[in-house]
Amino acid sequence: MNRSPFEERPPFGESIDEYINRLRNVRFRGKSFLRLAGVLLILILLFGSFYQIQPEQVGVVLQFGRFSRTTEPGLRFKIPIVESVIKVPVQRQLKQEFGFRTIETSGLRSEYSDRAYLEESSMLTGDLNVAVVEWIVQYRVSDPYLYLFKVRNVEDTFRFMNEAVVREVVGDRTVTEVLTVGRQEIETTVQQRLQELCNQYQSGITVDQVVLQNVNPPDPVKPSWDEVNQAQQQKDRLINEARAEYNQVVPRAKGEAQQTILQAEGFALDRVNRAQGDGTRFKALHDAYRRAPEVTRKRMYLETMQQILPRVGGKLILDEGAKGVMPLLPLENLQKTISTGAGRKEVTP
Amino acid sequence: MKRFPGFLLPALILVGLLTVSSSVYKVGESEQVIITQFGEPVGTPVLRPGLHVKVPFIQTANYFDKRFLEWSGEATQMPTKDKRFIWVDSYARWRISDPLKFFQRLRDEHGADSRLDDILDGETRTAVARYDLVEVVRSSNRSAESIPIASEEETEILTPIEKGRRAITEEILKRASERASDLGIELMDYRMKRINYVDEVQKDVCARMIAERKRIAERFRSEGEGEAARIRGERERDLKQIQSEAYRTAQELRGKADASATQIYADAYNRDAAFYTFMKSLETYEQTLDESSTFILTTDSELFRYLKKTP
Repeated sequence: MNRSPFEERPPFGESIDEYINRLRNVRFRGKSFLRLAGVLLILILLFGSFYQIQPEQVGVVLQFGRFSRTTEPGLRFKIPIVESVIKVPVQRQLKQEFGFRTIETSGLRSEYSDRAYLEESSMLTGDLNVAVVEWIVQYRVSDPYLYLFKVRNVEDTFRFMNEAVVREVVGDRTVTEVLTVGRQEIETTVQQRLQELCNQYQSGITVDQVVLQNVNPPDPVKPSWDEVNQAQQQKDRLINEARAEYNQVVPRAKGEAQQTILQAEGFALDRVNRAQGDGTRFKALHDAYRRAPEVTRKRMYLETMQQILPRVGGKLILDEGAKGVMPLLPLENLQKTISTGAGRKEVTP
Repeated sequence: MKRFPGFLLPALILVGLLTVSSSVYKVGESEQVIITQFGEPVGTPVLRPGLHVKVPFIQTANYFDKRFLEWSGEATQMPTKDKRFIWVDSYARWRISDPLKFFQRLRDEHGADSRLDDILDGETRTAVARYDLVEVVRSSNRSAESIPIASEEETEILTPIEKGRRAITEEILKRASERASDLGIELMDYRMKRINYVDEVQKDVCARMIAERKRIAERFRSEGEGEAARIRGERERDLKQIQSEAYRTAQELRGKADASATQIYADAYNRDAAFYTFMKSLETYEQTLDESSTFILTTDSELFRYLKKTP
C-alpha cells in the first residue's frame, strides 16, 4: 500500500498482461485507501463539529480566535476548523485561601498545611499594631468573556486584589476592632470593595463571600491578650462575689428590721390595751366606791389584811401600853426569820 | 519525463501552503499585532481579532497582549517620613496601549517589566519617604462614632490622617503614569499589597502591644476590685440603714404607746388620786409581803384593837 504505482517495475519473467493486471489491482487498492481517508476526514469533521458543555459550564465560541458567541450546557454544534470552543465553569464556586492552605479535604476533616503563611496574613492595623488575619474568598466567574479576554492571570491578580483590599480595610481599624467586634463589618466591607475592584478591573468575577478565619494578635503578644481575658473574668468574678455577699446579708437584715418593727407594734398594742383596761377597771371601781366610801375603804383594807396575815412568817402583837418591853423580847427567832428572808417589811396603816 | 509532473505536484502544494500560511495570520481575542517588514513596523497595529492577510515571507506578525497585565513588585524595605522601616510590596496593572511605541521602546514584556520595576519602585520609595507611616496604612478618617468599642476601657483612638493610603497610591500612579506614557504603556492601577514592619520594629511593636494589654488587664483587675469594694460598702450602708430605720420606727412606736398609755392612766386616776393611792398600796402589800416578813403590831391598830376591848 505504501508503494506508489509509479515505482513499480515489471519483474523478470512476467508478461505485460500480468503486469497490467497487477497494476489494476494496485490502482484499485489505492482507491480504497483514498476512500478510507475520506471517511476518516468526514468522521474527524463530524466529531470536530459537536461538543458538549457540562451543566456547570458555558462555552465560549471563537471564530479564528475572534469571539463569536457563548453557548449553554448541552450538545452543541460548531463549524469545524474555523471555530474553537473554550469551556468556562461559570456555575462552580471557586475558593482562595489566604494565610493558610488546605492540603487535603477527605471525608469530614480537612488537613491544613503546617506552614504559617505570615507574609500573607500579617498586617498593620490603623493604630499601627499588628494583626494576623486569615481569610477565604469564594467567587464565581460571572462573565466568561471578560474573564478570558480582559485580564491576564486573573487568579493571580485576584489574589493581589484580595491582599490589597483586606489590608486597606484592616488598616482603617483598631487592633481590638479587628480581633473582636469588627469581624462581620470587615467581611462585608472587604467583599463590597473587592467587588467594586473586580468590576473596575473587568475581571468577570463575582465575589460571593469573604470569610475571616483565624484572626489573632502576633504570636508573642497572644499571652497578654489571654491575660486581658483572664483579668476581665477576674473582674466579673470579684463583682459577683461582692454581690453575693450583699445578697447574703441585706435581705435577712430587711426581714429582721421588719421583725423589730412588728415587735414594737406588738408592745405598743399591749401597752395601750393594758392601760385602757386598767383605766376602765379603775373607773368602774371608783364609781362603786363613791357610793359608800368609808365602808368600802375599810372593807378593802381588812380583806387585804386577811390575805396577807396568814402568809406572813412572824407576827407579834403588843399592847399599846407595853411598848417598853421591846428590848426584852426573845427576838432571836424573829431575827432568824428576818435574816433568812428577803428583808424586813413593816406595815403601819 | 513521465516522472517529472509527479515530483512537481507535492512541491507545488507545499509551496502554496507555505505562502498561504505565511500570508494569513490569526489574531486572538486577547491579542494585538504589529506587522514588521524586515524588522521595520508597517501600517497601523491590528486590533481586530480574526483572520488577516499580510505580504508573505517579507512581513512578520508580532503579537502583543491586549489584556490587562500584572506587574508585581519585589518586597522592598524602605523608611517612612517618621523613620520607621517597613516592607512594602505592591502590584500594578497595566496594558499595552500603543503597541507600536511599545514595540519600538521596549520590544517585549520583559523589557516592560524591568522598566516598570524602575519607575514604580522609585515612585513608591519617594512617596513613602514623604509621609508618616500612619498615612500609608490608613485610608480614611472614620468618625469616632462609627468605631465600635469593644469595652469601655479601650482608649485608643485612631489618629487623624491628612492624606491616606488611597491618595498616596493615586499620587504614585499619577507620577508613574507620566513617566510611562511615552513607552506605549497605560498604567491602570497601582496598589500596595503588603506593608509590614521590618523585624526589629516588629519586636518593638509587639512589646508595645504587650505593655498595652497589660495595662488594660491591670485596669480590669483594679476595676473589679474597686467595684467589689463599692458593693461591699453599699452592703454595709444598706445594712446600717435598714437596722437603724427599724430601730427608729420601733422606738417611735413604743414612745407613742407609752405616751398614750400614760394619758389613759392619768385620765382615769385623776378622778380620785387618794383612792388610787390607797388601792394601789393595798395591791402592793398583797404582792410583796410573804413568810419572810415579820409583823409587829400594837393593839391600837385598826385590826387588833378589838383584842383589847369590844366597841
